[in-house]
Amino acid sequence: MARNVTTRHKITATVAAWIVALIIFFPILYTLITSVKTEPEAIAGFSLIPSGTFENYVTVQTQRDYFKPFMNSVVLAVGSTILALIIAIPSAWAMAFSPTKRTKDILMWMLSTKMMPAVAVLVPIYLMFRDFGLLDTRIGLTVMLTLINLPIVVWMLYTYFREIPGEILEAARMDGAGLWQEIVYVLTPMAVPGIASTLLLNIILAWNEAFWTIRLTTTNAAPLTAFIASFSSPQGLFWAKLSAASTMAIAPILILGWFSQKQLVRGLTFGAVK
Amino acid sequence: MATQNTKTLARLMMAPSVLLLLVWMIVPLAMTLWFSFQNYNLLNPGNVSFAGFFNYQYFYTDPAFFQSIWNTLVIVGGVLLITVVGGIAIALLLDQPIFGQGVVRILVISPFFVMPPVAALIWKNMIMHPGYGVLADIAKFFGLRPVDWFAQYPLFSIVIIVAWQWLPFATLILLTALQSLDGEQKEAAEMDGANFFNRFIYLVLPHLARAITVVILIQTIFLLGVYAEILVTTNGGPGYASTNLAFLIYRTALLGYDVGGASAGGIIAVVLANIVAFFLMRAVGKNLDR
Repeated sequence: MARNVTTRHKITATVAAWIVALIIFFPILYTLITSVKTEPEAIAGFSLIPSGTFENYVTVQTQRDYFKPFMNSVVLAVGSTILALIIAIPSAWAMAFSPTKRTKDILMWMLSTKMMPAVAVLVPIYLMFRDFGLLDTRIGLTVMLTLINLPIVVWMLYTYFREIPGEILEAARMDGAGLWQEIVYVLTPMAVPGIASTLLLNIILAWNEAFWTIRLTTTNAAPLTAFIASFSSPQGLFWAKLSAASTMAIAPILILGWFSQKQLVRGLTFGAVK
Repeated sequence: MATQNTKTLARLMMAPSVLLLLVWMIVPLAMTLWFSFQNYNLLNPGNVSFAGFFNYQYFYTDPAFFQSIWNTLVIVGGVLLITVVGGIAIALLLDQPIFGQGVVRILVISPFFVMPPVAALIWKNMIMHPGYGVLADIAKFFGLRPVDWFAQYPLFSIVIIVAWQWLPFATLILLTALQSLDGEQKEAAEMDGANFFNRFIYLVLPHLARAITVVILIQTIFLLGVYAEILVTTNGGPGYASTNLAFLIYRTALLGYDVGGASAGGIIAVVLANIVAFFLMRAVGKNLDR
């Protein structure tokens, strides 16, 4: 009897959860389906069964040179993330392993820079970019994205590094390990998972950043955010092609995101929820 | 001596990120503050003069200013309401034993990874379009007249799109918090005969309080600056009906070429954001002491 109730409970919950999940996921699913429809099919009314053409993907590449903004997105997201890691790893390391009275204040202050609304500094940043010839350049935008995400990177690394027990270091020292051996054989293996998680989350954030990437680029350095935003007018791409372009723009990051659910919570709540 | 060395080394290791962020924070903000007291128009860059508080006065007396503040609050409040209430409900549902939990989770969190321009265009064209959108198809199926969402309810439409993007974030965080709730406590409450409602009010909700606070504060930071969703759907219109403060500043700066006016607006945005930040820092800071 009791078992019967739990099974029924499980089935009810399963049905409800799947309905909710499919409604939430529907816009993405429908985009995927529309991307393999023909243009007349795409506007012919609701249908979940496409004719299954891959023409749209080909057309987006041949007519709109999709590869260029895609590569810009890759370069910006990966470049800014690596740059941020290079700057942040030593800082987070120092804060985690030799904290002082002011470490907490410094961390809080770093977080506070994240609170500055982007529009508030739009004018000076735009003018500086213009005067230094950085508008529409990959290098300018990479630096921009690095600075924007640096506080989150430091914070995430700090919360990971802090969990590495200090006793292990002492034990290694007792065994006669030098600083170099300590770093290579003891700390690095323990720090790598945290660094990898940070890398993953930051690539997602940088890939989807949609204020500076749109405002500071036109054609040369425009990543996918700006590329897609340029189709806001109806005479841009047709829907099936727009769906194909959208699918390609979100697919890589969607898959990365699925693997980083846990890190996402931790990274975006600055360790407040684990 | 060794500790002194370690300290120096630690300072050196921290220096690059601290200095970079210091410059990044102070220089542009100081420039914005400076510009906000200047008459400076990009169309007439040779003619810059001191303006006193004129830019603030101008921004303050512009009817679009109050509308944009109101719209900003509606977007933040509306999205928070939908995502927190919806997030709790979905988190409770996903916390039950269900078949295919992993897949359901993946489906639910997916919208968070969709870049804002794509999310906005999907909703604009595929879902909310008055002629070809799925909602129009549904309306026609029931013999109703399709709604022209972005013309009739521009602000509401933007709230829906943004809420769709942030609902997964709220759900994921609340679910994570929910899963850390002690199973024994739940069982004990059940044994004592507490029904679902009582368990929710007296056990689950207090446990979620911290996570809810974090969700509200973090989302607020991002929601104050909603931009791309407006740009690709309504472009702030009709009129100023869906212009928030961020979008108004962008309009003033890059479409109106008014550096002084936009900077004054920027300073107002900073003040607004700081009020929120103050509370966020306290919430996060407390956790750090733990």
